[in-house]
Amino acid sequence: MEMYVLLGFVLLLSIFLGLELISKVPSTLHTPLMSGANAISGIALVGALMLSSAGQMQDILAFGAILFASINVFGGYLVTNRMLSMFKKK
Amino acid sequence: MENLANIQVIQNMIYIISSVMFILGIKMLGKEATAVKGNYLSALAMFFAVAITCLSLEIDIKIILTGVLLGGLIGSLIAVKVKMTAIPEMVALFNGFGGLATFLIAWSQFNEPDNSMFQHVLVMLTIYIGGITFSGSLIAYGKLSEKLKLGKGSMITNVFISFFYLSMPALIYVMIEPSLAGLVPQVPSYFVIFLVLTLMAGIGFVMPIGGGDMPVVISLLNSLSGIAAAFAGLLLLNNVLIVAGSLVGASGLILTIIMAKAMNRTITNILFVGYASSGHAASSEEQGEVKPITSDDAYLILENASSVLVVPGYGMAVAQAQHVVREMGELLEENGTEVKYGIHPVAGRMPGHMNVLLAEANVSYDLLAEPEDVNPSMDTIDVAIVIGANDVVNPSATEEEGSPIYGMPIIEVHNAKTVFVLKRSMSSGFAGVQNPLFFRENTRMLFGDAKESIGQVVAEFKD
Repeated sequence: MEMYVLLGFVLLLSIFLGLELISKVPSTLHTPLMSGANAISGIALVGALMLSSAGQMQDILAFGAILFASINVFGGYLVTNRMLSMFKKK
Repeated sequence: MENLANIQVIQNMIYIISSVMFILGIKMLGKEATAVKGNYLSALAMFFAVAITCLSLEIDIKIILTGVLLGGLIGSLIAVKVKMTAIPEMVALFNGFGGLATFLIAWSQFNEPDNSMFQHVLVMLTIYIGGITFSGSLIAYGKLSEKLKLGKGSMITNVFISFFYLSMPALIYVMIEPSLAGLVPQVPSYFVIFLVLTLMAGIGFVMPIGGGDMPVVISLLNSLSGIAAAFAGLLLLNNVLIVAGSLVGASGLILTIIMAKAMNRTITNILFVGYASSGHAASSEEQGEVKPITSDDAYLILENASSVLVVPGYGMAVAQAQHVVREMGELLEENGTEVKYGIHPVAGRMPGHMNVLLAEANVSYDLLAEPEDVNPSMDTIDVAIVIGANDVVNPSATEEEGSPIYGMPIIEVHNAKTVFVLKRSMSSGFAGVQNPLFFRENTRMLFGDAKESIGQVVAEFKD
């Protein structure tokens, strides 16, 4: 339980940190920020890799989680990069 | 045993390092000069976190390799092939996949024996948020790509909305039903019903929300996918999941608030009420004669203008007119005209939609201005060209107190010397409010497809 309190603390601090970090974003970057944040939410891939393997059902669930998180990670970063490369100042 | 403990220490250290990199990455992503580097940094953080997790694996390596390679291939293909005009629906789709991954993680965790009560509650919450993110994002994808036409008021939508309201007591029930934890997976009936209900609820959550409110929904779903990942991190006792997930949750929340402010509405009003039933009918209809002009006339006026403000909206995206708009802008500049682009935060279907389209067409981003930058000097603008925007330039928002959109910050093009409005027909905007701008003394209507109309102006300039 102590562990949860500690991690809950990390969770709250990270949210506040996030709110502080991104509070003033120029509207030009709204889409790239959203898409880049979306790629970061693919961190679920780490969670998927931590799953246990006990029986076929668990394997299927793990495979699904790894597959979809990977699509999110690769697709998210690539498309953000593609988008950012278009933003140019002449 | 000692070896395993050592590996865990190393893993946690790397997790902390990648958390810091994620934090710096997202910070850099919020500034124009450093955005590209920020994205690389966060990708590198992702690589470290994933690689170090692979030191201790329980799942068969074949399953992992197949999943990562296949997923990587699919994701990369979509990202490289997609047209820039399809970005909103694609972000929604990727977001949905992230939600689905957390949904499956929590499901798998549910099947583990001896979950504590607290873990059980976390599992249910993660399933709920992840599931709603997944099915909600799919519906958002369907709406944005215009494959799904169902909206508010249809029978099917109402059925799904009732699923959404049903899902909340169901969530509370499964959370406080700890006896379930021991029964499953042998007796999965309650749990399976809850899974299905959650997915239905996500559909009911997004289905009634209309096109113009999509920027808010997309940001909110983005935020939810991060929160789901953070909860999954609590469940798996993994700090990098918690930090990265919370950052995404926070950035999505900020965008949601920015979007709602730009519409002068509360988030609950956007999600659960919508314009149609907000009580006010379009009150006074300032009718009158509209003054249509042809592209020839438009060209003659533009040729003599010394300053032009282009205000694009969703109509520009539909007509795919961004390239020809950029061409016109360049020709005007060659002609000695000062050209600016006025971008309203909620123009289009996602936050920053117009910025992406114009960037794709190679418009320099320092020409793009926000409403508060252009409004004070609006009376010095010779011609304001409104391309497929409606509600974001509706003067009722500042002048007519009974109007449903009263109080919404707009781009005040009606104060410009001349306003060109490019429009297909006289239909009203997303909010269903009549736009008195069209009947103003200084407004000229240029009916037809925006791409064709501007194309004709461009052709005239070239002659």
